[in-house]
Amino acid sequence: MSTQTVSRSRVDIPALLAWFIVALVVVGLFCPIFRPDFRVMDVPRLSLCLVILAIAAVRYELGFMRNRFGDLMLGVVTAVAAWLLIGTVSNHPGDAALGFWALTVAAWASAWLFVERLASWKSASKTTERLINLVIPALFGLTLLVLWQIIVTGAGIPKVLLPAPSEIWLRLINSVPTLWADFRQTFLKAVLAGYAIGCGSAFLTAILVDRVPFLRRGLLPIGNLVSALPIIGVAPIMVMWFGFDWPSKAAVVIIMTFFPMLVNTVAGLSASDSMQRDLMRTYASGYWQTLVKLRLPMAMPFIFNALKINSTLALIGAIVAEFFGTPTVGMGFRISTEVGRMNVDMVWAEIAVAAVAGSLFYGLVAVIERKVTFWHASVRG
Amino acid sequence: MTTMPLAPTRGPNPFAGLMSGIAGPVIVVVLAILGLWYIAAVTLNTPFQLDTYERADRLDVPFSELLTDTLSQDRPVLPAPHQIAVEIWQTTVEKKITSKRSLVYHSGITLSSTLLGFVIGTLLGIFLAIGIVHSRVLEKSLMPWIIASQTIPILAIAPMIIVVLNAVGVSGLLPKAMISTYLSFFPVAVGMVKGLRSPEIIDMDLMHTYSATRLQAFWKLRLPYAVPFLFTSMKIGMAASLVGAIVGELPTGAIAGLGARLLSGSYYGQTLQIWSALIMAAVLAGSLVALIGVIEKLALKRMGMTR
Amino acid sequence: MTSLAGAKDTEMVEKHTGASPDRVIDIEKLSLTFETGDGPVHALSDIDLKIEQGDFVSFIGPSGCGKTTLLRVIADLEKPTAGKITVNGVSPEEARLNRAYGYVFQAAALYSWRTIASNVALPLEIMRLSRSERQERVARNLELVNLSGFEQKYPWQLSGGMQQRASIARALAVEPDLLLMDEPFGALDEIVRDHLNEQLLQLWAKTSKTVAFVTHSIPEAVFLSTKIVVLCPRPGRIYDVIESDLPRERSLDIRETPEFLRIAHRVREGLKAGHSYED
Repeated sequence: MSTQTVSRSRVDIPALLAWFIVALVVVGLFCPIFRPDFRVMDVPRLSLCLVILAIAAVRYELGFMRNRFGDLMLGVVTAVAAWLLIGTVSNHPGDAALGFWALTVAAWASAWLFVERLASWKSASKTTERLINLVIPALFGLTLLVLWQIIVTGAGIPKVLLPAPSEIWLRLINSVPTLWADFRQTFLKAVLAGYAIGCGSAFLTAILVDRVPFLRRGLLPIGNLVSALPIIGVAPIMVMWFGFDWPSKAAVVIIMTFFPMLVNTVAGLSASDSMQRDLMRTYASGYWQTLVKLRLPMAMPFIFNALKINSTLALIGAIVAEFFGTPTVGMGFRISTEVGRMNVDMVWAEIAVAAVAGSLFYGLVAVIERKVTFWHASVRG
Repeated sequence: MTTMPLAPTRGPNPFAGLMSGIAGPVIVVVLAILGLWYIAAVTLNTPFQLDTYERADRLDVPFSELLTDTLSQDRPVLPAPHQIAVEIWQTTVEKKITSKRSLVYHSGITLSSTLLGFVIGTLLGIFLAIGIVHSRVLEKSLMPWIIASQTIPILAIAPMIIVVLNAVGVSGLLPKAMISTYLSFFPVAVGMVKGLRSPEIIDMDLMHTYSATRLQAFWKLRLPYAVPFLFTSMKIGMAASLVGAIVGELPTGAIAGLGARLLSGSYYGQTLQIWSALIMAAVLAGSLVALIGVIEKLALKRMGMTR
Repeated sequence: MTSLAGAKDTEMVEKHTGASPDRVIDIEKLSLTFETGDGPVHALSDIDLKIEQGDFVSFIGPSGCGKTTLLRVIADLEKPTAGKITVNGVSPEEARLNRAYGYVFQAAALYSWRTIASNVALPLEIMRLSRSERQERVARNLELVNLSGFEQKYPWQLSGGMQQRASIARALAVEPDLLLMDEPFGALDEIVRDHLNEQLLQLWAKTSKTVAFVTHSIPEAVFLSTKIVVLCPRPGRIYDVIESDLPRERSLDIRETPEFLRIAHRVREGLKAGHSYED
């Protein structure tokens, strides 16, 4: 067989998925979905919805509604089916049988099929395309949450092992004051203070190092080495030196953020090419003029790279430092104590807060970066 | 050819050569750090020492005695470098490897979960990257999450994984390795996607003119292009993996491993123990990353990618 | 034959020696040797050259002949290892500190985070001129290179030819009497280059500046210059100096005239003879 035919004859994933969904729905309709003997037919709404789902899935193969409206219908039916599955399974926790799992897989497969169709939409306008690129990962996250909910409830996984998203959400909205206090202690005090001092002092050090070539050659290899080390290990020492409250956490954050910022800023300051430096020389430009007008702007992409890396490192540093001792408040403190008490849903709530805080912090830095380095090739697109 | 007056070169100053390279400045900076360390150790340990003298009713202690005493406390605020060196020597060479007090034993525990987690994480990352590069749906739905997940303090999840898995009877190496896997997986996946995408359009077009299959294009073009990226991200992944293993040892109640040494040192104020564990972790991280660096050099040389 | 003619021309120039008030550049027995790992490289050897006020001088030669290096020595971007050089009667370093010249590089080297207007204003900011003075000079010099209306654009929104024009405006904004140009149009296509050459000539006629211009294009050198300096490599040295007798007012059509072709032929012969064909 020639290579050409091999490259042309690809597996038609959508068709495969469609028939797979039909098969699973058939299995689901005729097998018990919950122990001892509960069938889909007992929930007419669900069975009706599943039949429509199967039809919507194979409509391409059967040759009708091959358009965007059909695609959207598939998405809506999938969402309704998932919603009904969640509702039904919450009445029969831990009793899921073969039929139910078949339906769960069918719902997942049709979500995939829907995304597959969405991804192949050729859109004329940029905004729609951007919207699709946002919707697809959002759908993926949603699918993951739904599967998590269905599987945990259906299989009756004990709460201490893995709580369902609904339970985590309940816990989250019921303990807002605690979570807020923890957030203030860890993020607003330790992380922000440490981040500002760490990045700021590293920036000033970088400018000093840049003025003295000897220091640059001596410090840079060491800075590079330190960046690869498990600096987080200084946490117990900082707790010993600066006490249990937030200053010791801020100290850990300072040390963790210092070296990435130093190394990146020094690298950035030497990013200007020789022609641009010659240009400044022909103007008889002084050191500070060249620094402000040429080298700092050139260094901005590097500096923001470090600021982004550090936004994550800072939160990690503060949380882990709290494992070594805190007053009775703080995200790391809460995580370690609630784990000890097996209140896993509270741990997950705290992790959710940390995740949201971390990505918002990162997002904020990224937005400022786009504003400042609008001229850089990676931003102007 | 006319003979030219040669440029006036600088006189043979042996220090000029030494100081203009990298080794000279690095040595000087390291010595400066050590010097500062000693000064800091003396300064930080003096208050406690004066306290001790006062309690012993010794009022005029000569400075030289104060100096030696501050550098040989049992639980100094900041131990001097030579104290840490002695501690490391005693806990590595002079202890049996099987002893619970041997630093080699604890390093071994941490190393094994680091390596196990790293290998699994790297393999997972590579496979996921291959999937993402070849499937539009995977790319569009997974890639934003992989990037977003790097902004999340994943390490916060570590204690829960350990305790929860412990509760269902999974303990020892595996839970820690899972955290390492998790941490090393993301940099490798992101780096590999970038690497597999790094061939220029013109290179891909060349493959197209040969009507190469996707598999052929992968082996002959994408994979070689991705190798430098793989090594770079493996270094990051290895460092992250070690951090994961150390943090994973914290919540198990300080049984074994470098993390446990840090925690128990912090419980009992054993600063020497903390510092020696810290230095050991640093040495471990440094040598693991250096090892990958050596493999990288050999591999790239064999592939003819070094200049 | 050409070498003889070249020698005669050099002699003719030699006659002028003496502190003439309109001498802009005076180079005597100048040499520059780079020390490299493979031994010394004689980038420039025994250069003698005078450039008068109002001259348009082109340096032409194959790559490695030191034409760019010579320009960089004049601009105090390189230090000579032997010989004498004065710019406006003072050392190149003093001339640089006096902002005596404007330098145009092979690439536009505009800062992409600045608009065209503020790129042109960059040297003026460094010279600490007042805001009103800066605005006035920016407007005037952008007008001069036909870039009025593009003040608020960013460099990456402009074509290569426009970018290079902006960089010329930036060099002119310093208001120097001397303009040093290092293959400024080398990266542009021929149609744009012809157009810019014509504009440059008009500019030169309007402002009566002295221009030192590095190029590797024979038609460009002949079209623009009042004096063409042919260099040859290994070691980098002056092979021939050709005084052009073309009228100062020229249009692109002049390239078809026998006068033009005669000068171009002499330049080409010089390049051929000076090239050693070692490679």
